[in-house]
Amino acid sequence: MSGEASSARMIATLTVAGLASGLLLVGVYEITKPIIEANNAAALERAVFQVLPGTTSMEPIVERDGALAIGSGSKDEEELDTIYLGRDSAGTITGYAIPWQGTGFQDVIKLIYGYHPARGVVVGMEILESMETPGLGDKIFKDASFLANFEALAVEPTIVPVANGAKTEPHQVDCITGATISSKAVVKIINGGNEHWLGLLPEGDPWGARPEAPEPTPEPTEPTP
Amino acid sequence: MESFVYIFMGAMVINNFTLSYFLGLCPFFGVSGKVTTALRLGLANIFVMLITAFCAWFLNTYILIYAPYLKIISYILVIASTVQFVEMVIKKLSPDLFRALGIFLPLITTNCAILGLAIFMTNKGYGLGQGLIYALGAGAGVTLALVLMAGLREEAELSDVPALMRGTAMNLIIAGLLSLAFMGFAGLFSGA
Amino acid sequence: MSDLNSSARAYTEFAKGIWKENPVFVQVLGMCPMLAVTNTAINAVAMGAATLFVLVGSSFLVSLLRNYIPKQVRISTYIVIIATFVTVIDYVLKAAAPEVHRDLGAFIALIVVNCLILGRQEAFASRNTVKMAVADALGMSAGFAFALLCLGGVREILGSGSLFGISLFGPNFEPWVVMILPPGGFIMLGLILFFFSWLEQRARDRRARAALEGGA
Repeated sequence: MSGEASSARMIATLTVAGLASGLLLVGVYEITKPIIEANNAAALERAVFQVLPGTTSMEPIVERDGALAIGSGSKDEEELDTIYLGRDSAGTITGYAIPWQGTGFQDVIKLIYGYHPARGVVVGMEILESMETPGLGDKIFKDASFLANFEALAVEPTIVPVANGAKTEPHQVDCITGATISSKAVVKIINGGNEHWLGLLPEGDPWGARPEAPEPTPEPTEPTP
Repeated sequence: MESFVYIFMGAMVINNFTLSYFLGLCPFFGVSGKVTTALRLGLANIFVMLITAFCAWFLNTYILIYAPYLKIISYILVIASTVQFVEMVIKKLSPDLFRALGIFLPLITTNCAILGLAIFMTNKGYGLGQGLIYALGAGAGVTLALVLMAGLREEAELSDVPALMRGTAMNLIIAGLLSLAFMGFAGLFSGA
Repeated sequence: MSDLNSSARAYTEFAKGIWKENPVFVQVLGMCPMLAVTNTAINAVAMGAATLFVLVGSSFLVSLLRNYIPKQVRISTYIVIIATFVTVIDYVLKAAAPEVHRDLGAFIALIVVNCLILGRQEAFASRNTVKMAVADALGMSAGFAFALLCLGGVREILGSGSLFGISLFGPNFEPWVVMILPPGGFIMLGLILFFFSWLEQRARDRRARAALEGGA
């Protein structure tokens, strides 16, 4: 190998390395992008169907300047400006899936919950991300009896956490013994989401059918075999 | 929107970069058991972290939105340049400090805590102000861990440690106990 | 004959990374991922595989181009090469195995600052042929993966009562939760290092005794 290389050679080496690297990365990015987006969409769909029982199709609804409209909001998850309208196979609204987040015991908890406007209850809740203590706080997504709290949870006047076993009213939630802070955090997050969204939700079903349906809905005029 | 106090204390003690996220362990175990050196290394880390947080915010806001796949490369190159720059500055301003820090100064480049800061900051979607406070808290946490570790090792030097355990094995157990102690900070902001 | 020698040498370079110069137990490198992703055995294996991809790929390229990279910019070039491979595996994992990607989190990106990788480029790949460099990289990766699996296996068995997600002790097992938390990681690794240095000591004593008997 030669001794001290010239500046030109040094710059050339770095430039070539940078360009080669850039090209390779652009290629990998473009190839994996559709797969990653499909994965994310599938995961979101699964979560929405989970918290709104009976849902077979969903549409994103975005909030802009205090008004709601069909469509996606910013891709940035932190913005929390999009909720999802669920419909069952007959087209009836099953509810709205609302993603929200807040401080837990260890770190931020992200969850999504389903709200049925006509019945005025929360119908499901799923934790999306949590760093709570394994074995204790992580029961918020593992403990079946805690999750059962959210199957028909009234939201009026507000959701109230109570000690385990003390639940008497439909708007109360039984907290997990030994993980009260994580449990209360979940309640606080849902109350926060409600505070933000419930006032904006319309009565009934003003959304109507979308001009171009994302997936073909069965037409009543299908020829019988 | 998390408050600045929450971000700072969160990064410094509740989710300490070294004792909870396992970042910055090379200097943690490698730096000599001297409290003064540990403190100085910690301060150098804070400085590099602040600059990195600013550059990461700048990159995220203006450049990486067009090329997100260049994230890792641009972060690490920014960190390498920053460390080079800090090295030159310290050499000029305080040759003694430069000699005392020795090899650990260029090793800040491969310190996972700095790159970890850039990545976590991006994942949490912090803006400039939040990012700088996060860097300050994270750096303070790393410094705290380094200084505590150095102090404990100074004590351990004088204790009767079994020969087979001396060195990294003992240091790991000390670090484990320190990490256990820091777990007590969880729930500081639960406000329940 | 020289071909046989070369293969024998390649095997030596490979084997040293697994035990004699094991990156974690002997060289004490790569501590950050070692403690962070070993809360389950499957995460440990995934991290081992990702590191193998980056280390072998980087060593291959660095060795291939070693005569063309000027000395002054070698570290920067190594960093660009390593960071490229890390970004590739990051996106590939995100597309092919999203759960693993989420569990490993930022530590996939942090492979770029794993002192093991940059260290091998500087100490070995830049001074040896491609064949030797790849052998060395494979050995170091295997040793690293072995260490990860040791700690990951123990932590998962004690901390969750399972191995690779398969429950071992049934539902009545009270897991030692601290094992999957940070303090457990530190302490367990310390005990494992203690155990290995005890093994080393035994081997040394045996060799010393054999030397004495041989001499007498």
